[in-house]
Amino acid sequence: MYVAVKGGEKAIDAAHAWLAEERRGDPSVAELSVAQIRQQLALAVNRVMAEGSLYDPDLAALAIKQARGDLIEAIFLIRAYRTTLPRLGASAPLETAQMAITRRISATFKDLPGGQILGPTFDYTHRLLDFKLAAEGEVPAAPTAPASLDAVPHVTAMLNRDGLIQTEAEGNATPPDLTREPMEIPTTRPLRLQAITRGDEGFILSMAYSTQRGYGRTHAFVGELRIGTVAVEMEIPELGFSVEIGEVELTECETVNQFKGSKTEPPQFTRGYGLVFGQTERKAIAMSLVDRALRWKELGEDNTGAPAQDEEFVLMHADNIQATGFLEHIKLPHYVDFQAELELVRKLRREALAHGEAAE
Amino acid sequence: MDTSIWAKMKTQPLLSVRDLSKFYGGRIGCADVNFDLFPGEVLGIVGESGSGKSTLLSCLAGHLAPDRGEVIFATTEGPRDTVLMAEAARRRLARTDWAYVHQNPRDGLRMGVSAGGNVGERLMAVGARHYGQIREAAVDWLGRVEIAADRVDDRPNAFSGGMQQRLQIARNLVTGPRLVFMDEPTGGLDVSVQARLLDLLRGLVREMGLSAIIVTHDLAVVRLLADRLMVMKGGYVVEQGLTDQVLDDPQHEYTQLLVSSVLQV
Amino acid sequence: MTDQSAYNFAYLDEQTKRMIRRAILKGVAIPGYQVPFASREMPMPYGWGTGGVQVTAACLVPEDRLKVIDQGADDTTNAVSIRRFFQRTAGVAVTEATEEATVIQTRHRIPETPLTEGQILVYQVPIPEPLRFLEPRETETRKMHELEDYGLMHVKLYEDISRHGQIATAYDYPVKVEGRYVMDPSPIPKFDNPKLVGNAAIQLFGAGREQRIYALPPYSEAISLDFEDYPFAASKADHACDLCAAPDSYLDEVITDDQGSRMFVCSDTDFCASRRKAGHVGPMGTPMAGG
Repeated sequence: MYVAVKGGEKAIDAAHAWLAEERRGDPSVAELSVAQIRQQLALAVNRVMAEGSLYDPDLAALAIKQARGDLIEAIFLIRAYRTTLPRLGASAPLETAQMAITRRISATFKDLPGGQILGPTFDYTHRLLDFKLAAEGEVPAAPTAPASLDAVPHVTAMLNRDGLIQTEAEGNATPPDLTREPMEIPTTRPLRLQAITRGDEGFILSMAYSTQRGYGRTHAFVGELRIGTVAVEMEIPELGFSVEIGEVELTECETVNQFKGSKTEPPQFTRGYGLVFGQTERKAIAMSLVDRALRWKELGEDNTGAPAQDEEFVLMHADNIQATGFLEHIKLPHYVDFQAELELVRKLRREALAHGEAAE
Repeated sequence: MDTSIWAKMKTQPLLSVRDLSKFYGGRIGCADVNFDLFPGEVLGIVGESGSGKSTLLSCLAGHLAPDRGEVIFATTEGPRDTVLMAEAARRRLARTDWAYVHQNPRDGLRMGVSAGGNVGERLMAVGARHYGQIREAAVDWLGRVEIAADRVDDRPNAFSGGMQQRLQIARNLVTGPRLVFMDEPTGGLDVSVQARLLDLLRGLVREMGLSAIIVTHDLAVVRLLADRLMVMKGGYVVEQGLTDQVLDDPQHEYTQLLVSSVLQV
Repeated sequence: MTDQSAYNFAYLDEQTKRMIRRAILKGVAIPGYQVPFASREMPMPYGWGTGGVQVTAACLVPEDRLKVIDQGADDTTNAVSIRRFFQRTAGVAVTEATEEATVIQTRHRIPETPLTEGQILVYQVPIPEPLRFLEPRETETRKMHELEDYGLMHVKLYEDISRHGQIATAYDYPVKVEGRYVMDPSPIPKFDNPKLVGNAAIQLFGAGREQRIYALPPYSEAISLDFEDYPFAASKADHACDLCAAPDSYLDEVITDDQGSRMFVCSDTDFCASRRKAGHVGPMGTPMAGG
């Protein structure tokens, strides 16, 4: 005798228990600590902070552990946590020109004030598996040099002195907050930048790559890529001045792009901008390319129909939490709508077959 | 009915264009264009490619925003400058009072929708809700553009170029628009196909008393269809007047060149 | 989320709830109009009912009695998961009985038991835009709504009839609300469309990922799009329920062996169980003790 499927609650509880067991893995292998993840999987932590839009390396490391290393799942945990946090205020704009730099390169000038600093990069490592890492061992200390106290001005600021690059409009308007207002297209550049900086690294990378291959080409040079820590200051109304409340590690990329001029502007260079939490340079470079591609309208360029020029397409599909949720929801039960389709197809077939017989 | 141009002139213009200009960077798209179009009149705009005629048509139809000037259309609520209209209002015009025939029928048809659906769309957009009647009107219009009734359920990609263009015309005219924009309606078609299409268009223009603006580089098209003619070069209107007058007694040297080059063909 | 005290009643903070309530009120004031709202990230995936959950959270008060169904059933995993979420974060009473519930969150069905005044039915909506599959651009569809430019909607129906001899839309069947907005009723079977109309309950629709809320106030008109000569017809499997013998409820088809045997049972589990308790028995059912 048929009994309607019951036991959803029990199934869910059992699934969660099993998941916890799988997360721990073989108990004879030492458990991973959150501190280890934070220290030794720092780039994963950075990505989770950037796309989770929350600068907290410990929570990001915890999320990675809870998510068994699935970074999108970890980002999701951070987002869901972030949304419950109270808003105490907003920081003053960050001064990235005052960054304490760990890496800074320019592809446009061989040398420049502040110098080129290679920093801890994979760039020139030969991608050979290092079997020494399979064994545990001490890492020899890297050589150090005294930190320079000189200011490191932005390359674009130097170009701007000669009027060679477009000056970005300044304003005191409070930028919109993507997490507090619904996204409405057409949007503004501040909102676009927010959406891209928390957008999926893979998606932004592919969009940027497509512009390089000619789908909305922007002729980008990396004017400057800098990574380092920046002080976060907040104005306390009771005090009447700003106080430093902490510092964050950031990656900033400014591209210098060719621009032929428009009806109001003489030829000059233009910029694409990328700013991402943590050491996340692939994302920051990709962000600056996508930002620049999306600026075609304000710069009076042609819309060539390239995907990266299509604001609605880019912004509506960049968020991996939205994407993964909707993608995976198709595994939920759809008995009811499938049943409706089933009845329809049966009916259409019946009529089509009857029609065929009648015609014979 | 007195259809002479003078009778038409007595009424209010359907479209008044004043000082219309559009620039692309430092380059002129079209500049200082002025004309009136009266109900029942067909205006031809000729010029070689790059003369600004297509830019002008796009500005008139609201597909491009001009940098200067007015495009005043006699709406049912009185004359309105369509440049200043909210886009919503302009689009309302585009699906009721206006029609637009693209050079490439693929731009003006829904290629994934049957011929009947294509013709029926404008009817449904203005509230037709009886399937049988919509289908009847579609079949009727297919007949008027010489497409067999048994093709009503076929999609346009199964049609030849000439048939697609005739279908596009049917789709546009089914609701009796007050003003039709046509962008090189015979462009891209074989000469024999062009002749048939022109013949069809002439019949429809006469029969329906259409008001239309036709952009073309083909003087034969305007000779056959247009009451009046504007000749464009480098974004400017260099000569305008009655079609026969302009073609038979061109005043501007560019028009003379244009007319003589056609005569050589 | 183990420490519940860290979270507000029904999870969302009061400011967010107020924002959502404003969107709901606007939706009720303009029936069928999609109100943009700043959807929050919820601790469950987008596409799994985050819109419905936010609407429910904004409506719930401690005295409420909540029912959650998915595919008409109270015991499907996602319904269980959402019901638990509110038991945990709001501590409200829950029920499986349609008539006892003050708030019902649903995915893909409208309960068979008629709703009454004072009840709120909250729908989970994946794609709120009825024009989306005809026109992918939000900027474009918004203009179409603004202009009541719904010709394309009927083109789709026209094509169905010319190809299949009938309108081939079985669920997610669009309706025109109060003579103005065309609305997506969420993927309910078209069998349920008539229940949208003139319903005594407040019907609220939440789309989290797409950041839209819309509503049908009680006793609203919601006309399923059709042609005069091809009128809309609600339909279901041509059977009665094999368990409770109901002739007029929406049925799930269940495959019972690999020989092609199947049975049809009510998709609304509460409706079916109540009938069986009242003594109705279908051909494959057994009498149930009265409850």
